[in-house]
Amino acid sequence: MSRKVAVEAVINGAPQAFVCEPRQTLLEVLREGLGLTGTKEGCGNGNCGACCVLLDGRPVPSCLVLAVEAAGRDILTVEGLAEGELHPLQQAFLEHGALQCGICTPGFLIAAKALLDKNPQPAEQEARAWLAGNLCRCTGYDKIIRAVLDAAGRLRSVDPNPKEEAHPA
Amino acid sequence: MTLAQSRSYRVIGTRPVRHDGVDKVTGRAQYGADVRLPGMLYGCVVRSPYPHARLRAIDTSRAAAHPGVKAVITGADMPAIDTNAVADLGEGAIELKFASLLIMARDKVVFRGQPVAAVAAVSPQAAAEAARLVEVDYEPLPVVTDALAAMEPGSPRVHDDLYTVVPGGSRRDSPSNIALHVQYERGDVEAGFAGADVVVEREFRTAMVHQGYIEPQNATAAWEPGGRLTVWTSTQGAFSVRQQLSDLLQIPVGRIKVVPMEIGGGFGGKIQVYLEPLAALLSRKAGRPVKMWMSRAEVFTATGPGPATYIRLKMGVTRTGDLTAAAMRLVYDAGAFPGSPVGSACITGLSPYRIPHFRIDGFDVVTNKPRVQAYRAPGAPPAAFAVETVLDELAEAIGMDPIELRLRNAAAEGDRMTNGVAFNRIGFKEVLVAAKNHPHYRAPLPPGATGRGVAAGFWMNGRGTSTVHLTFNPDGTVNLIEGSTDIGGSRASLAMIVAEELGLDAHDVKPVVADTDSVGHTDVTGGSRVTYSTGVACHRAALDAIAQLKPRAAQLLDANPGDVEFGGGEFWVSSEPRRRIGIKEVIAKLGKTGGPIVARGVSRGLAMAPGFGVHIADVRVDPETGKVDVVRYTAVQDAGKAIHPTYVEGQLQGGAAQGVGLALFEEYVFEDGILRNPSFLDYRMPTALDLPMIDTVIVEVPASDGPYGVRGVGEVPIVPPAAAIANAIYRAAGVRLRQLPMTPENVWRALAGRDAALPSTPKAAPDAAMAATKERRAEPPGTSG
Amino acid sequence: MDPFDYAAPSSLDEAIRLLAEADGAARPLAGGTDLIPQLSEGRRRARLVVDVKNIPELRQLRFHPAEGLTIGAAVTCAELAESPVVRQLYPAVADACSLIGSVLIQHRASLGGNLANAAPSADGVPPLIVHRAAVRIAGPDGVREMPVEDVCVGPGMTALAPGELIVAFRISPPPEATSSCYVRFTPRQEMDIAVAGAAAAVTVDPSTGLCRTAVIALSAVAPTPVRAPEAEAYLAGKPLTDPHLEAAARLAVRSAQPISDVRASADYRRHLVTVVTRRALLGARNRLAADGRHGTSPGAAGPKEGLSGVAEGGR
Ligand SMILES: Cc1cc2nc3c(=O)[nH]c(=O)nc-3n(C[C@H](O)[C@H](O)[C@H](O)COP(=O)(O)OP(=O)(O)OC[C@H]3O[C@@H](n4cnc5c(N)ncnc54)[C@H](O)[C@@H]3O)c2cc1C
Ligand code: FES
Ligand code: FES
Repeated sequence: MSRKVAVEAVINGAPQAFVCEPRQTLLEVLREGLGLTGTKEGCGNGNCGACCVLLDGRPVPSCLVLAVEAAGRDILTVEGLAEGELHPLQQAFLEHGALQCGICTPGFLIAAKALLDKNPQPAEQEARAWLAGNLCRCTGYDKIIRAVLDAAGRLRSVDPNPKEEAHPA
Repeated sequence: MTLAQSRSYRVIGTRPVRHDGVDKVTGRAQYGADVRLPGMLYGCVVRSPYPHARLRAIDTSRAAAHPGVKAVITGADMPAIDTNAVADLGEGAIELKFASLLIMARDKVVFRGQPVAAVAAVSPQAAAEAARLVEVDYEPLPVVTDALAAMEPGSPRVHDDLYTVVPGGSRRDSPSNIALHVQYERGDVEAGFAGADVVVEREFRTAMVHQGYIEPQNATAAWEPGGRLTVWTSTQGAFSVRQQLSDLLQIPVGRIKVVPMEIGGGFGGKIQVYLEPLAALLSRKAGRPVKMWMSRAEVFTATGPGPATYIRLKMGVTRTGDLTAAAMRLVYDAGAFPGSPVGSACITGLSPYRIPHFRIDGFDVVTNKPRVQAYRAPGAPPAAFAVETVLDELAEAIGMDPIELRLRNAAAEGDRMTNGVAFNRIGFKEVLVAAKNHPHYRAPLPPGATGRGVAAGFWMNGRGTSTVHLTFNPDGTVNLIEGSTDIGGSRASLAMIVAEELGLDAHDVKPVVADTDSVGHTDVTGGSRVTYSTGVACHRAALDAIAQLKPRAAQLLDANPGDVEFGGGEFWVSSEPRRRIGIKEVIAKLGKTGGPIVARGVSRGLAMAPGFGVHIADVRVDPETGKVDVVRYTAVQDAGKAIHPTYVEGQLQGGAAQGVGLALFEEYVFEDGILRNPSFLDYRMPTALDLPMIDTVIVEVPASDGPYGVRGVGEVPIVPPAAAIANAIYRAAGVRLRQLPMTPENVWRALAGRDAALPSTPKAAPDAAMAATKERRAEPPGTSG
Repeated sequence: MDPFDYAAPSSLDEAIRLLAEADGAARPLAGGTDLIPQLSEGRRRARLVVDVKNIPELRQLRFHPAEGLTIGAAVTCAELAESPVVRQLYPAVADACSLIGSVLIQHRASLGGNLANAAPSADGVPPLIVHRAAVRIAGPDGVREMPVEDVCVGPGMTALAPGELIVAFRISPPPEATSSCYVRFTPRQEMDIAVAGAAAAVTVDPSTGLCRTAVIALSAVAPTPVRAPEAEAYLAGKPLTDPHLEAAARLAVRSAQPISDVRASADYRRHLVTVVTRRALLGARNRLAADGRHGTSPGAAGPKEGLSGVAEGGR
């Protein structure tokens, strides 16, 4: 009934073409189609954040994005976070022991990156509010929040003038 | 022998980055659902929409004809099990015939979500479409979902062939929903109560709760034409899965290989198999590998949560604070098949205290709900909720500090648990003292908080069997091959033990979680047993390695093996300590000194290493809405010896967070046997915004057995939070909550009927420490902060 | 999910044509936070999904001092919550947009979708109502405009005809000395659905300080978002003192017809109406006061103020 569609997007910095059914979510195509299994499925309905990716720089649950919507857009998954060396968030997560089972980690890293891109100096409550859509059942969030705040500090010391985002209105 | 105090450590107690860390922060780690095999099909389960119904007929012909479908199975494809054998899951147990029905229904369904058929197709979409084409003719039957109602003689019967096992082990002869009645008794209960100055009797209810692991169940199976079965899955125990598959599918274990993938949380819920046998049967029928994973709604409706419970508890105390007697009746709802953790609840609830006279009656009851499974300290949190809130009332009644009351009655080495087994060395008193001396306990309430509560928790901790092998690389590094799946950083702790003994750095030891073909038997990761039991195996393997390396070192040192000693990573000649060689060099030169060696260690039959914790919670109660916020939280626990303190803290924090969840938010809501909230939106687990930082205090009272005195730490921290928070709510708002979860609406109701909810016992002058918590801060209503 | 086709038209006309041709079997897609779960769980069916995010009219966010604010139906909640104009002049809208779902949801969810989905608990709708927003609707028969207040007619039901598309919301510039606030009550701080919610917009007479008008709309306590006319009438002409706000909040209950469901009992909801209404009124009044005294933006305390009206900070 439905036609398959060819989609071209930029994924983790590289142009990527794939074919999918319109009903397939971006999450499913990333995982089952493109083998980018770093993005995780915890609920499939937007409730857990394990599937978080950046879509044109914005953090979204990829289980609530149709793969066809990715056409012409820029996607960042956890596989694209490290550029040569680990991203400061990844390093901080390791050093703080901010993961136990690790299934929530990719989603937290991506959502936290979006936070720090927007607000390089978040207060604890800001970080908690931003990450409230990412569930972790193992850690009680303590070490995750500490890692995010610590990474923010490291990023600031690396780049004193983080780029501003343009906002409409 | 305990080496604990006599040694200082190089590796143990440090905080190296975990070995699997980089893979897990870069997305490279392979979890169960990440498996991809050539020609792989996707499976989908057809589940009963009825909580109780007879299965009249199943027609799979339309499903089988759907494009892309390669196999359809029903109960007819499952081997019949006609023994009464019991599958020991390592944490919990289930009769095999029930396990088989739990996997796939035959003549009737006994809970909503029970599988009745399964389909494999070329895409997840095709499988889901075909699943909807399976036609099932159901005859709905009356439903019972409340355990107390299910105990009534006239209630609908979940099974026609279930007979109560009574104390002593015999079975009643008329069928019942009560599967088991356990009883523990000591002394003369009536005399005990007669000797008390204050007696309090209360009823408690707790809701069914889910482990809430973020990774749904999954399984991939490849049944090769020769009859060999390989299964990749997220499990707490690969060997348990292999045994269950062998039992349920009736094929020899030798033909099954289970590959444990990275596991996205389990907390007891990933021991029982659900999808593995179905994927295997589908693969056999289709001749291709089949991958399956559950949706979140399937996880909630059809896997094994923790039980709903009803507890009635009566306790007596003298004016001077000596507990005299306890009577406890526990009804635990097992769901559709027997096997609730009521037995462990009967032990964990009262064993932390010396109580001369008690009687405990526990009942395991079946209902038309999902069959429960182990969930972190199975059975203990509801029992502790009852015991620890009643203790708080007793302390208040006699005007004693609540920690003081616990200290006065705390069990110590030699005291017997309720089941008669004597404690070996335990650290309960040390933990209580640490909590009492903690600045949190004495500090004034932080801004915004209105009450402070404390409670204790206990878990026996698992032991079991573990096997590890060590192999050695020409660069001087060591491979640690073990069978304990790593849920929370255990690879790191185990590697650290080997590194400590061999005098290597933590990262010179490479831990590998092996499949069932590649390592000796290892029990499940559960019951807080891995660091203890697998840790002992690692220690033994390291000693074995040293013994085998010594002659090689002797060769290299040109000495007699009997004259060579080892320590701090070096071998030396005892008579000439300057003739020495590093262990790395000895390992690197194995090829020149006689070829490779393999070291091994097995642990089995270790002494128990029980764990105790005490939590302090500060809460704010919104008097208008009943909403409770946790403002400050401290968890104190005996870890025996913290191998990797970061992951010990992580266990304490994560366990406390789950405890806060079941205290305040989490519950299964049923309507006529239908779960109304099978999503993370409506089954509310705490988010980062619902919790404060969780402070931890690690107390180290070495366990009686094993090197270093390690104790498991994973289970205990989920036990105290509910009572700690309930006790804090009482101090904040004057009402005692005896039902979990303490949702805003429940608290609001209690506040509305506040007078009725006040304790009947007289209030005495509060102790200084708790006085701080008495002082209620009047919040101006409604203004924003 | 049943199969469907997908189109992402870049003009309004094309979208209307596609929707019309599909004859009721097409569904607009904005953020998909309602639609995609509904399709995948089989609660809704569609043969064609029309992605409306490439249509310029649905993506506009403009403020004109004379005409007011235009919010394209597909503008995301995150964009709205970040917008200085929205935060300053229509703070109740910013409040709602910063607490719908989670940050991840807010980067997808739109107010058009929130309204069209017509959940009784929709957080985005009461703030639009209290700011007297109008909605522009395009369909095969042309464009029409109606008050947001009249769009929802029952749970999941709207006054939209098949094939009609919400294009944008239009809100006049608020009268001088006006502020607003949205407060909802949820057991969890976020990632939760309102048990009860209230938006309030108050306008005072700058010379007397007396309330000129108050508009109150409630969520999750009736089949649709509802106004609380008795409470509104009570406040007109009165000073916005705590006792008056309390009295108005009590009157608001009369407008609620709550049900018992998995999230709460009707009793509790009725009780909460008073609480959230009072807190929303207080929030609006306090913003006004802050504005008057310091000349700072009333939204500066930000969306979190609305949230924290229910669960104060301190952590
Ligand atoms: C985890 C989670 C949490 C949530 N929490 C909240 C919450 O706290 N508060 C709340 O109010 N909601 C909540 N929601 C629901 C949802 O996010 C909101 O209703 C959201 O505003 C919907 O917007 P959307 O753009 O995603 O709509 P879509 O899902 O794209 O569309 C919703 C419906 O509107 C139709 N539609 C979309 N755009 C138009 C248009 N321009 N014209 C006509 N019809 C249109 C669609 O066909 C569909 O029927 C939550 C959802 C999730 C998944
Ligand atoms: S899988 Fe997308 S939010 Fe849970
Ligand atoms: S580390 Fe397991 S869910 Fe977060």
